[in-house]
Amino acid sequence: MPRRISAIALAGVIAMTLSACGGGSTGADAGGSGGGDKLVMGFSQVGAESGWRTANTKSVQDSAKTAGIELKFSDAQQKQENQIKAIRSFIQQKVDVIAFSPVVESGWDTVLKEAQNAKIPVVLTDRAVDSKDTSLYKTFLGSDFIEEGKKAGQWLVDQYKDETGDVNIVELQGTTGSAPANDRKAGFGEVIAADPKFKIIASQTGDFTRAKGKEVMEAFLKSNSDIDVLFAHNDDMGLGAIEAIEGAGKVPGKDIKIITIDAVKDGMQALADGKINYIVECSPLLGPQLMDLAKKVVAGEAVPQRVVTEETTFTQEKAKEVLSSRQY
Amino acid sequence: MSELIRNRLFWPVLILVGLMALNVAFTDNFLNIQVKDGHLYGSLIDILRFGAPLILVALGMTLVIATRGIDLSVGSVVAIAGALACLRISDLGDQNSVTGVLAAVGVTLALTLVLGAWNGFLVAAVGIQPIIATLILMVAGRGLAQLITDGQIVTINSSPYKLIGGGYWLTLPFSILIVVALVALTAFLTRRLALGMFIEAVGGNAEASRLSGIRSRGVLVVVYTFCALCAGIAGLMISSNVSSADGNYAGLWIELDAILAVVIGGTSLAGGRFSISGTILGALIIQTLTTTVYSIGVPPETTLLFKALVVTIVCLLQSPAFRQKVVKRRARPVAPAPAPMSEREPVTNR
Repeated sequence: MPRRISAIALAGVIAMTLSACGGGSTGADAGGSGGGDKLVMGFSQVGAESGWRTANTKSVQDSAKTAGIELKFSDAQQKQENQIKAIRSFIQQKVDVIAFSPVVESGWDTVLKEAQNAKIPVVLTDRAVDSKDTSLYKTFLGSDFIEEGKKAGQWLVDQYKDETGDVNIVELQGTTGSAPANDRKAGFGEVIAADPKFKIIASQTGDFTRAKGKEVMEAFLKSNSDIDVLFAHNDDMGLGAIEAIEGAGKVPGKDIKIITIDAVKDGMQALADGKINYIVECSPLLGPQLMDLAKKVVAGEAVPQRVVTEETTFTQEKAKEVLSSRQY
Repeated sequence: MSELIRNRLFWPVLILVGLMALNVAFTDNFLNIQVKDGHLYGSLIDILRFGAPLILVALGMTLVIATRGIDLSVGSVVAIAGALACLRISDLGDQNSVTGVLAAVGVTLALTLVLGAWNGFLVAAVGIQPIIATLILMVAGRGLAQLITDGQIVTINSSPYKLIGGGYWLTLPFSILIVVALVALTAFLTRRLALGMFIEAVGGNAEASRLSGIRSRGVLVVVYTFCALCAGIAGLMISSNVSSADGNYAGLWIELDAILAVVIGGTSLAGGRFSISGTILGALIIQTLTTTVYSIGVPPETTLLFKALVVTIVCLLQSPAFRQKVVKRRARPVAPAPAPMSEREPVTNR
């Protein structure tokens, strides 16, 4: 019996901490309501769980101001019911367009239908929903995780194009089953598969955290004597792995080349310090693109069903240049 | 020989040795311990270092479970402790100042004592069932940790703080020394003094023990406070090891690992008796299992299944009823009447 209770309790906690992200979707159906003198956007954010998310919020708020859009902002604090409540209140207030980053993937059909009936267009940002009816939203703006993995793989291929021997790679995956982990792994694997000299000799999940990244890397260093490259699915795991590599008496960035994804501040600092070799950006700064899309959607213009965030990549030199101006 | 097999620690030790053997088969230099940069270096040291926080949390959990309770909030306490200590240190003018770090650690541990006393109060004075009472702090505590860190990862650069979880002293990992000291202290308090007997009496029957003159409420408060203190120190270790505090993920699910370690170690969830050495073995088994997953390269998708299988085997081996059935079936052709094993194994290590 106590075990049962704890299972139920745990299920609740799991539901609360679940973080879904990304995934492609399509949207159709043109039309929309005409705005008044000033466009009003209702935006429901997931929460403020990381620096990435905070930067995302700031970008949306700032670019709304710049674009002359009145923003009604609501923080869902990681709870779907808060988000549904926010969207319902946006519908009642008759905003011109609703944008939101879904906390979870499923369970949105009813509230999106209400928005559709009220003729308010919906834009998804950063994360997708798994609704079968793709007419419920206009477009999905967010990062393409497969592309991020490919960019990481491409840098590796370019760096080692003159290398004749084997290149031994270890991989620190994100949370098992999460979209960014699956897609980054797939994209990276696809690019390096072109040349058999690239060998992934070990690949384990580091749960996107520094602590796990360090622990797994320690084990990798002991079970594999010859590691040339580390590919970590986010900066934090890479930062943990750097400590493990230093603890093993090796020099991160030289003895073992490190590629990560995200470009958060600590990661960029490590890149500028020469401890990471290459970072693929996963940008939270999608505000300007979102405002642009919102205007088009409200004006009834056709927009692509999937819009990829504008993102770049950073080498060590570039990191030194932009480090001081990074917003997150 | 049968004496040995009947020892409660026989099966956990056997499993630990088995896991080690599996590692040796896959990694040649698994048992190698070398000195690198003036400290010990090797897989075995890693298991001890990364296992240290879990041993601590499980140590506190053992005493709580011995009172027929459970503490689900340890993971949140881990997160809060790391968050508060790192925040205080990041506010220091000189992050390498020893007094500043000591003050941060002191404040943090004081807070964990308060949190533990809160749990104890809910259980002992208000009479809420332990699983519910500690669930409150489990859920709210993580929110508190995020509040402290403002939802961000707090990164620090402090060498005195680094010592706690990631440093070395006399070539030995400092975290292990902390664990040894705390385990020795706990063993002394519970096995040399009467506290252990009180705890077991409360776990056996709280009302009866109260009537016999034990302050069962006081014992409960002490036990939950101690458990939170252990979790707090574990939180310092975890955040110190990576020089950063992560309110979202630090100590996530560690309560489950700790409960598992306690159970593998032979402490019954029904309360009334406990084994500290068993718990330590249990924690080491779990950490070795994690290391095994990395070193033999179990794919992440099947990691949980692999762990579940091992844990199932461990639990079956630990079950006297199951062993008896297997022994009977095997022994029948040879000896028709095997010596019956006692249902409940004799307690040997008291």
